[in-house]
Amino acid sequence: MKPAVQKNREKSSAPFDVEKIREDFPILKQAVKNGKPLVYLDNAATSQKPEAVIEALERYYREDNANIHRGVHFLSERATDKYEAARVKIQKYLNARESREIIFTRGTTEAINLVAFSFGLKNVKAGDEIVISTLEHHSNIVPWQMLCERSQAKLKVIPINDRGEILFEEYEKLLNDRTKLVSVGHISNALGTINPVKAMIDTAHRRGIPVLLDGAQGLPHSRVDVQALDCDFYAFSGHKAFGPTGIGVLYGKAKILESLPPYQGGGDMISQVTFEKTLYNHIPHKFEAGTPDIAGVIGLGAAIDYLNALGIEGAAAYEQDLLEYATESLKQVPEIRIIGEAREKASVVSFLLGDIHPHDIGTVLDLEGIAIRTGHHCAMPLMRRLNVPATARASLAFYNTREEIDALVKGLHKVKKVFG
Amino acid sequence: MSDLSELYQETILDHNKKPRNFRPMPEADLHAEGFNPLCGDQIQIFVKAKGDMVEDVSFQGSGCAISKASGSLMTDSIKGKTRGEIEAIFGKFHEMVTGEPHAEPPEGLGKLAVFSGVCEFPSRVKCATLAWHTLKAALERKGEPVTTEKEDE
Repeated sequence: MKPAVQKNREKSSAPFDVEKIREDFPILKQAVKNGKPLVYLDNAATSQKPEAVIEALERYYREDNANIHRGVHFLSERATDKYEAARVKIQKYLNARESREIIFTRGTTEAINLVAFSFGLKNVKAGDEIVISTLEHHSNIVPWQMLCERSQAKLKVIPINDRGEILFEEYEKLLNDRTKLVSVGHISNALGTINPVKAMIDTAHRRGIPVLLDGAQGLPHSRVDVQALDCDFYAFSGHKAFGPTGIGVLYGKAKILESLPPYQGGGDMISQVTFEKTLYNHIPHKFEAGTPDIAGVIGLGAAIDYLNALGIEGAAAYEQDLLEYATESLKQVPEIRIIGEAREKASVVSFLLGDIHPHDIGTVLDLEGIAIRTGHHCAMPLMRRLNVPATARASLAFYNTREEIDALVKGLHKVKKVFG
Repeated sequence: MSDLSELYQETILDHNKKPRNFRPMPEADLHAEGFNPLCGDQIQIFVKAKGDMVEDVSFQGSGCAISKASGSLMTDSIKGKTRGEIEAIFGKFHEMVTGEPHAEPPEGLGKLAVFSGVCEFPSRVKCATLAWHTLKAALERKGEPVTTEKEDE
């Protein structure tokens, strides 16, 4: 069910009208430090929000605010309808079979913790193994370490090459009868590497091993079809996908979700409670204890509407073009070193500039109005593998422009002048 | 209005490029390691003590220009000082980097006053104070590495 707008865009060869799209994002119009126009290149940390999302949040609090799934009154019913309608929007966007396979969480981190707890409790015993990769964000490392500590299981890590790509043969070698789950990032937040997730899933499934994809960076930059991928879990955050902060999604195959124990106890996740015993509610409610972030869910629904109208394929193609331009432009800066040169890459450029510390690069650029991320990008083991303490990272979204890349390059020349 | 040259003063750039006392000290009596987990900076401080006095001090590690220059200027400024005197200097330094912009730097900081611009960059206060927190841990003979996340700035 794709809206007409998207079909038109896919068919037409009309150029992606970035200036028109920028009009949808009010925050981009402002001047920041020293009156410089904002150049926002920190989208992998969090994306900006279109007017439609901001309006949906405001409208909910102005007109619809009520608790869901319990009231018999008008507002509660309307809030419930909007909340559940957002679940269906996300189901359709991910091409999940059923809406009950969509569980709302606080974000990717909570979604992964949910699986680590519930799947771990049911399926992971002493001596079992969980497979992750060197590229992972801390949120796809630490929950598994905690699980391994609880159940005395082992964490196995897929190595990468110097370009920042997973070594597929090594991955295959890691899988064995003790492997209970593979949990890998769809797209690396630190380097932009797009992992060969379809092949990885197929390989794991041949051994009957389920796969979780950390889609925090995958969803904002690519079409995600959970049935085509056949992943068992897919986790993502609303705020990196042009939606509000504090809301995220765990997709899980219904059959697996039904078999798992709840993650948290409380209201909404029960069907009957006595002091002796509690019967749990069906999925998805079994995993949504307590009053959820109703406004956040509705706001995320609005972000999905926005992506549908925009057409993620067209946006991704524009981002690829911008990535190419950024990579080529940055390479012209003397002494720059691009960190992460995977052949399949999303619009993230990590780099070093001579021996100038990334933090200093970030501060000088900040005074030019340019926002980038500097540091270890919540991927300290990856930084160690690449033998760098930190990098500077420009991460691009479909509302960024070539002019902004030019401003970045100009800013880097200034950095060199200060520290040269 | 925050300006680049207010933060990265000439002295800071010079000490970043040519840090003083930047060496290991095998004969050190006191030693501590400090981390800034947010940016990956790490520093080691070595102290040779004579009673209550710091006879010699050096540092090593990796970090941004602010943290390196801070280690360099700190080690230069505390040689020959007693623990009490060092605590007083750190107190003033701390007050300066967390204080109001354009305030007069406290008296008696000498060259350390070049860090007065840091207060306009709240995210960089940790860079400027990492060396000091680590020195404090060394003088207090704390075995555990310090991190800027555990300490108040």
